Amino acid sequence: MSTLTEAPPPLAPEAPEPKPPKRRGRLTPYWLLLPGILWLLVFFALPMIYQASTSVQTGSLEEGYKVTWHFATYWDALSAYWPQFVRSVLYAGTATILCLLLGYPLAYLIAFRAGRWRNLILILVIAPFFTSFLIRTLAWKTILADGGPLVGALDTLHVLDVTNWLGWTAGDRVLATPLAVVCGLTYNFLPFMILPLYTSLERIDGRLHEAAGDLYAKPSTTFRKVTFPLSMPGVVSGTLLTFIPAAGDYVNADLLGSTDTRMVGNVIQTQFLRVLDYPTAAALSFILMAAILLMVTLYIRRSGTEDLV
Amino acid sequence: MPFVNWLKRKLVVIAGLLTLGYLLLPNVIVTVFSFNKPKGRFNYAWQRFSLDAWKDPCGVSDLCGSLSVSLQIAVWATLGATLLGTLIAFALVRYRFRARGAVNSLIFLPMAMPEVVMAASLLTLFLNMGAQLGFWTILIAHIMFCLSFVVTAVKARVMSMDPKLEEAARDLYAGPFQTFVRVTLPIAAPGIAAGALLAFALSFDDFIITNFNAGSTVTFPMFVWGSAQRGTPVQINVIGTAMFVVAVLFVLTSMVVGNRRNRQKA
Amino acid sequence: MTTKTTRTTKADPTGDVRLTGIAKTYGAFTAVHPLDLTVPQGSFFALLGASGCGKTTTLRMIAGLEEPSSGTVSLGDQDVTALPPYKRPVNTVFQSYALFPHLDIFENVAFGLRRRGLKSVKKQVEEMLELVQLGEQARKKPHQLSGGQQQRVAVARALINHPKVLLLDEPLGALDLKLRRQMQLELKRIQTEVGITFIHVTHDQEEAMTMADTVAVMNAGRVEQLGAPTDLYENPRTTFVANFLGTSNFIEAEVDSKSGDEIVLKAGGGKLVLPGARCSAPASTGGRVLAGVRPEKISLTHADDAGEIPVGRNRITGRIADSSFIGVSTQYVVDSPVCSDFEVYAQNIDRDPRLVPGAEVVLHWNPAHTFGLDASQDADAGVEEAV
Repeated sequence: MSTLTEAPPPLAPEAPEPKPPKRRGRLTPYWLLLPGILWLLVFFALPMIYQASTSVQTGSLEEGYKVTWHFATYWDALSAYWPQFVRSVLYAGTATILCLLLGYPLAYLIAFRAGRWRNLILILVIAPFFTSFLIRTLAWKTILADGGPLVGALDTLHVLDVTNWLGWTAGDRVLATPLAVVCGLTYNFLPFMILPLYTSLERIDGRLHEAAGDLYAKPSTTFRKVTFPLSMPGVVSGTLLTFIPAAGDYVNADLLGSTDTRMVGNVIQTQFLRVLDYPTAAALSFILMAAILLMVTLYIRRSGTEDLV
Repeated sequence: MPFVNWLKRKLVVIAGLLTLGYLLLPNVIVTVFSFNKPKGRFNYAWQRFSLDAWKDPCGVSDLCGSLSVSLQIAVWATLGATLLGTLIAFALVRYRFRARGAVNSLIFLPMAMPEVVMAASLLTLFLNMGAQLGFWTILIAHIMFCLSFVVTAVKARVMSMDPKLEEAARDLYAGPFQTFVRVTLPIAAPGIAAGALLAFALSFDDFIITNFNAGSTVTFPMFVWGSAQRGTPVQINVIGTAMFVVAVLFVLTSMVVGNRRNRQKA
Repeated sequence: MTTKTTRTTKADPTGDVRLTGIAKTYGAFTAVHPLDLTVPQGSFFALLGASGCGKTTTLRMIAGLEEPSSGTVSLGDQDVTALPPYKRPVNTVFQSYALFPHLDIFENVAFGLRRRGLKSVKKQVEEMLELVQLGEQARKKPHQLSGGQQQRVAVARALINHPKVLLLDEPLGALDLKLRRQMQLELKRIQTEVGITFIHVTHDQEEAMTMADTVAVMNAGRVEQLGAPTDLYENPRTTFVANFLGTSNFIEAEVDSKSGDEIVLKAGGGKLVLPGARCSAPASTGGRVLAGVRPEKISLTHADDAGEIPVGRNRITGRIADSSFIGVSTQYVVDSPVCSDFEVYAQNIDRDPRLVPGAEVVLHWNPAHTFGLDASQDADAGVEEAV
């Protein structure tokens, strides 16, 4: 029942020097917010503005850049790099779906079937995080190595014939193909799918399963009509946490892919750090941001879960 | 068909364990290959068992230097992000104020933004301001992207905290400062610790944002990235394995200790 | 509102809690209307009312956790209105206890002493834990105790500071019925032992009546009536009090005549007698009053035996609509021309087998048990709110 009329205590020793008590109480939240919000404004929001301005500049590295409202950069960037954009969405989308398909059983297992192994499995899901993701991604080079046991097995089982036909692999190689990149993306972001899924599954009252069974639902029906709908918040936040970083990733495409698997992240990185064509890089980055924000907003609207934060 | 029935019942368990295997396979490879003695510059194919790298983990130039840079940045970024994030979390949970929606969006957006976008735009800012890229620009960037995660972790904890506890403290002769130190802070501590741990992990392992804003400073992930182009020393597997083992041991002991303490008291 | 002073147990005004014109508004909503109240030192005082009646807000204003919109709070001679809670010699036992989860029982109890700078608290804390019979539990954490034990820790944590007033906010609300009874007696024992003023907020009329010397019944931000439990029960002055404390039957009646102490009422075809002293409404001949009577005061006689009823008793005829047997007594609902559902509780001493639903009966009671209320009020006020 505490309201603004009651002067709340300053919560931190950093609170301002004594002033008339009521005023001080009203200002306390702003003092608490100030440093962090300022940080985000200066190092997150302001850079976005700088980037927007850079994207409409022209000039050269030697002579300097000027804002000339040269929107054509956007068009040029899109027409030059649309395959990379399409690839990013395609790879990230595939990885997200794979993460959902692979992650759901594991999250379900931890939530309902693991018993006393629950904590151990949870630790094993999180533990890989403690090894640098770059080292772990490099390990896939070994796993998918040409002529290695895995590729050999896939070849013998004629799986490679199928994936070759689909265009996911080339010849008897997996490394440096789209399959390797998607495999790496899936691997890297899988825990971001499993943890939200687990959190929302764990909240489901186990008796609901019994109630559904009692009301003549087969196990598969129980899953479709009760469990899955109740886990939707986890599915939504899991897919977002997987898709967003996957779409902007360039590490997997660089380490496990080839020049034919470059994603938009690779282009931004190259333009920014190697070619030093800042306007193009800024425009690409801006388009990526806008595209992702648009997709995320639409997705959240459709799935009706707006309280993700 | 007893086998088919068994398979049907255990389908979820089998699928889940397969996924777990997929998740852990690279760690197994990293560990195994930390005992490799590769022929060329790259440690991708198994040659023969050797303890060389374990005996001399800093044997590659710059590796342990980059590790130390990463640790320093992670410690400072954790401190900064935890302090700023905790203050924001308290303001969000405990006070009504204007611009609440805007503040919430500003917290949420960095988490919904591809890293490469933040990295690129931050670099634009630094270039425009003529800032010297290096330790400080990395630290600034890390505090920025860790902040939102700390806010989320602390907010969850503070929200679940009974406001009556603070009233009880005030009723029992604790002034505002005493109430904060004796009651609020200890009860919010697990949330703050979780936020700090997350910040440390995120900062220590960050590559994309660091890569854009590091200048000539080399963090551990950047060292690994560079070595992927020049040649991967076995030592990075040693470091990776050691971090994994230390972290798992740390978690397991804290779990065992926690369990034992609970059992003793019950 | 007029100043209400309760029966003083000790003639020592230095420790009285005095609320003067105290009120609390939240925007357009008035939680507590300007209220004057004096709680004498050493008394066990209960604020009784349904949820949302303003009783907890009143308590929190005394504690200092809520700032009054107007009025003052005094302890003895000291005006404490502007003092923050941590500077008031008042302690609270919170609803759901608010025990510090990160501290053990000992440290919870020692909290207040330590904040006031006392270094050696061991002896005091141990004595206090003995008083509430928790000496063995000192090193446990709150979540390891049962509800009743947690409740006692909350009491000990407040009492150890020797406050001038102990405030209890629904302290037994979270306990089951049996434990609640036990704790009621326990709290009463502790209060007698330490002699501190207790102000107890509750929505349970039975709890208020069992424990308190004085009860203030609150409704919609106002004190409806204040007095000793028996007084409130026997002489309710409003229908809300009559219904909130136990059950009451009301007959809308017309004042027929007044003779000395007695008012004769006309209801249906018959006449009822009401002692003038027990009528809180202005009773002028021809005016209307609500005549009330408690269900347990009424006797039930089968219509065939109506002649055996002694003269001088108030009587009403009716037909039994429903009866439920609950062991010690039987509760009847009687349909009568003056009141459609008259409740009667009959002790199971000699059960008359003819008293079954459908039977014609005569209800009769001693006129001294009748009370008269203003007929302009809703006869059902407080029925919904009562537990």
